[in-house]
Amino acid sequence: MTEIIVVTSGKGGVGKTTSSASIAMGLARRGKRIAVIDFDVGLRNLDLIMGCERRVVYDFVNVIQGEATLRQALIKDKRFDNLHLLAASQTRDKDALTKEGVERVLNDLKEMGFDYILCDSPAGIEKGAFLAMYFADRAVVVVNPEVSSVRDSDRILGLLASKTRHAETGEKRVVQHLLLTRYNPERVERGDMMSIVDVQEILGLEVLGVVPESESVLAGSNAGNPVILDLTSPAGQAYDDAVARLLGETVPMRFTEAPKKGFLTRLFGG
Amino acid sequence: MGIFDFLKPRAPNSASVAKERLRIIVAQERAQRDAPDYLPTLRRELLEVLKKYVNVDPDAIQVKVSQEGGHELLELSVALPDKAGG
Repeated sequence: MTEIIVVTSGKGGVGKTTSSASIAMGLARRGKRIAVIDFDVGLRNLDLIMGCERRVVYDFVNVIQGEATLRQALIKDKRFDNLHLLAASQTRDKDALTKEGVERVLNDLKEMGFDYILCDSPAGIEKGAFLAMYFADRAVVVVNPEVSSVRDSDRILGLLASKTRHAETGEKRVVQHLLLTRYNPERVERGDMMSIVDVQEILGLEVLGVVPESESVLAGSNAGNPVILDLTSPAGQAYDDAVARLLGETVPMRFTEAPKKGFLTRLFGG
Repeated sequence: MGIFDFLKPRAPNSASVAKERLRIIVAQERAQRDAPDYLPTLRRELLEVLKKYVNVDPDAIQVKVSQEGGHELLELSVALPDKAGG
């Protein structure tokens, strides 16, 4: 049984691709067979974040248009051979993705026996974002503790509840998860960043995970090694916890509180 | 919080401002999301007609669709201006 998961957010720059790459690696490390698809036609980037940009020969649109087979286009990860990437096309033709074409590729991936198909959505609510979420069984909505990101997430949650295949057939609903990234506990404590509880209350949804703002995220992207591979970093561990929860495990939240200050810092302020 | 913190200017708690603003706008957008697409046009056209007879404010018209006991209810409410204003 294959499960289709969309990673989406509405707003750009909140960490969708970073999160997709880490979740994909995390699932693969736990032994799951996983295919991850970059839906951002014209702005391919997941390949770069995952460190396989030089091995892209054929892409998603080539497969949809019959110019390559799915097996030719899937790029096997060098670290986990149960992880495959289908890169986005760099074409500027916005209509390159069709609902029928996407459905066909997803069905073929299901037949190949993948446990999970992860769809990395582009920003916005245009065609690419719509198609990335349309066939999903579950959604991971990436949100930053910041006003525009939270508002856009609510809009996306509304679309997930109405503009997806499950919503249209009415048989099931898309399971929704919130992934709070770029979280800074010190700033929350000072009162200049919304807290986990604030975001949960506004969106009416519990968080799947909270990823602290961390320098290791950029370092990971720089090297093409998603941060989840760095289990010494809090962000990497937080992503790994989120993946465990995605698989149904109960894992306590970590890195959500500011480190305790020493006596002198408390006395004189910090 | 240090004991000399009272000497520093106190910054307003911007997180609670953010939360309050979001709470209002998100509630408003959710209400609109579930409403039929024709509501904004209906509202605008009603306003045009009303303006022929009374000098109403653009935001004096509330158009709402709600569910009541199995059927949909279209609710219109118009706040007429004061005698002095009209």
